[in-house]
Amino acid sequence: MTFSRDVILQAIASGVMVGAIFALISVGLTLIWGVMKIINFAQGEFLMIGLYLTYFLVTRANINPYVSMLITTPALFIIGIAIFRITIRPILKDAPMNQIMLTLGLSLMLQNLALMFFKADVLRIQTPGQTVFLHFGPVVLSLPEVIAFFGSIIATLALYFYLQRTDMGRSVRAASQSPTAATLMGIDVRFTYLFAFGVGSATLGVASALLLPTYYTSPTVGLFLGLIMFVVVVLGGMGNFLGAFIGGMIIGLTENLGAAILPGSLSRVLTFGVFILVLLFKPQGVLSRRRS
Amino acid sequence: MRITRSYIVAMVVFGVAAFLPLILSKYYLHIAILVLLWAFLAVAWNILGGYGGQHSLGNGLFMGIGAYGAAYLVLTWNISPWLSMGIFFVVAGVVGAFVGYLTFRYGLKGAYFALVTIALTEAAVYVTANWTALGANNGLSLPIATSNNFAMLQFTSETGYFYVILVLALLIVLFTIWLASRRFGYRLVSVRENEDAAEALGVGTMSTKMWAIVLSAALTAVGGVFYVVLFSYVNPRSVFGEAVSVQILLYAIVGGLGTVWGPVVGAAILVPIAEIVRGSSLGQQFQGAYLLTYGVILVLTMLFMPNGIVGLAKSIRRRLGRGTSENPPAGVGPKQLKAESPEQDGVAP
Repeated sequence: MTFSRDVILQAIASGVMVGAIFALISVGLTLIWGVMKIINFAQGEFLMIGLYLTYFLVTRANINPYVSMLITTPALFIIGIAIFRITIRPILKDAPMNQIMLTLGLSLMLQNLALMFFKADVLRIQTPGQTVFLHFGPVVLSLPEVIAFFGSIIATLALYFYLQRTDMGRSVRAASQSPTAATLMGIDVRFTYLFAFGVGSATLGVASALLLPTYYTSPTVGLFLGLIMFVVVVLGGMGNFLGAFIGGMIIGLTENLGAAILPGSLSRVLTFGVFILVLLFKPQGVLSRRRS
Repeated sequence: MRITRSYIVAMVVFGVAAFLPLILSKYYLHIAILVLLWAFLAVAWNILGGYGGQHSLGNGLFMGIGAYGAAYLVLTWNISPWLSMGIFFVVAGVVGAFVGYLTFRYGLKGAYFALVTIALTEAAVYVTANWTALGANNGLSLPIATSNNFAMLQFTSETGYFYVILVLALLIVLFTIWLASRRFGYRLVSVRENEDAAEALGVGTMSTKMWAIVLSAALTAVGGVFYVVLFSYVNPRSVFGEAVSVQILLYAIVGGLGTVWGPVVGAAILVPIAEIVRGSSLGQQFQGAYLLTYGVILVLTMLFMPNGIVGLAKSIRRRLGRGTSENPPAGVGPKQLKAESPEQDGVAP
């Protein structure tokens, strides 16, 4: 184990790459929270659905993983609104904890359904790009990593500008600031909630296509990635887009630097350690700030 | 008077249960032990989650402290699990205080609290999985009991374990009845119902929540100690895994939050269901079948019966006009009141 400059540089570069994708998988959670004050505990499992979908599109239908995005994204949008319509909307006015418990139940269901259908196998895909490596001085990055980085940044920015600049985006933000006032302005808040939940889950369709070439899928993949989402979102301030990006970077860097200097899975402990330290000393990072 | 009646009811129920070993076979007695253990854990969770309204998704953390701690002390110094119950009651209480300080200090409630507890518990998985003294990924195994040894909490038959957990469960139920009837219990409920109003009325909401999490954590660790002597085995996922923490709160929620008997009823109904599913052909084929069932039950409960079984029974009794003028039970909050209105289809059984 060497702590040479190159190892650290490599870890930082990989951390930034994966940090962007952590940010992308977290914006859906932060969007849904920002709009309707629901923590979707099944968000990690939605991502798992996206990863399996991508896996089967790539392996069975021979579609390029990045092209499969055109199918997984609308598919997750539809799955998201269907689940929202059937389970979450009927209890939107209930106590927040009831909604959390419901999504927790959903996560338990989806996880174990996946276990039933796909067994506990860890599945990976082969793509031609995986063998292409880009050299930046001492740092080596695989092509899928770099694509995931730029893809995530583009997708996150696109969503951000969509929310800022379009009428639909404005109604989403209006509904998040004051459902009553939004209704008075002629916004269909019920539809907006449905739409926002759909978008929050569709982001995972994009993310799974970008993620799978450098990652894997398994029934419990959503458990870990879901936790990453929670940590990122809490670190960045719930409902805060820029915060999610910063949170993603912090966790991406911590995971990779930790893996470079710590043995085994201890880097995971480091990740949660950072989370606790931020809670202790920088609580403003965890306090909810509305997007302006 | 009502309190006295509650104590008597509890003692009668557990007194009757004490005859179970006479009629149950070994397999069913084992299920009865599991029911009591999970009931114990769910009642402990209910102090903070049900009465205090702070839903911890990480009580496995405190359970694991008890389980790992007791196993380690038995293996290294042959210290009795009875003593461990006391030691880890204190240790988990301190850890609970730390978690509470970390979160309640900034008014992190509801969703935040849930997220923080789940993250801390998951961190414990990775800490223990890398801790060689605690067996890393393999966990710790206790030697199988060869003779009955009450002092070391070792029994060769299920009956011994049954009576130990029966007494522990009775004690925690009596404790909850007592706690809920005290000023502290009312403070706790006021924090759940409206924290700002409670604060304005002079309730120290911070200290109330802190005491609740300390008690809940400390008692959960006692359950963890019993868990490890019962199964003679503990590994990172078996206590800190998400499934464990979810099971604990599931029993309390399905049974009825913030009621003395809710968690007990929940465990009494759901634990046997899990065992039946596990024994079925589907359960034989894939291990997660019972968790799938629990997921479905949790979703359906939230959709159609958010007050749980005990809450539902109470509202039915009240609508039949047999309800007394007793104080609304501690479990009746705004959401419960709403669900009791006749036009809510959620109460239809």
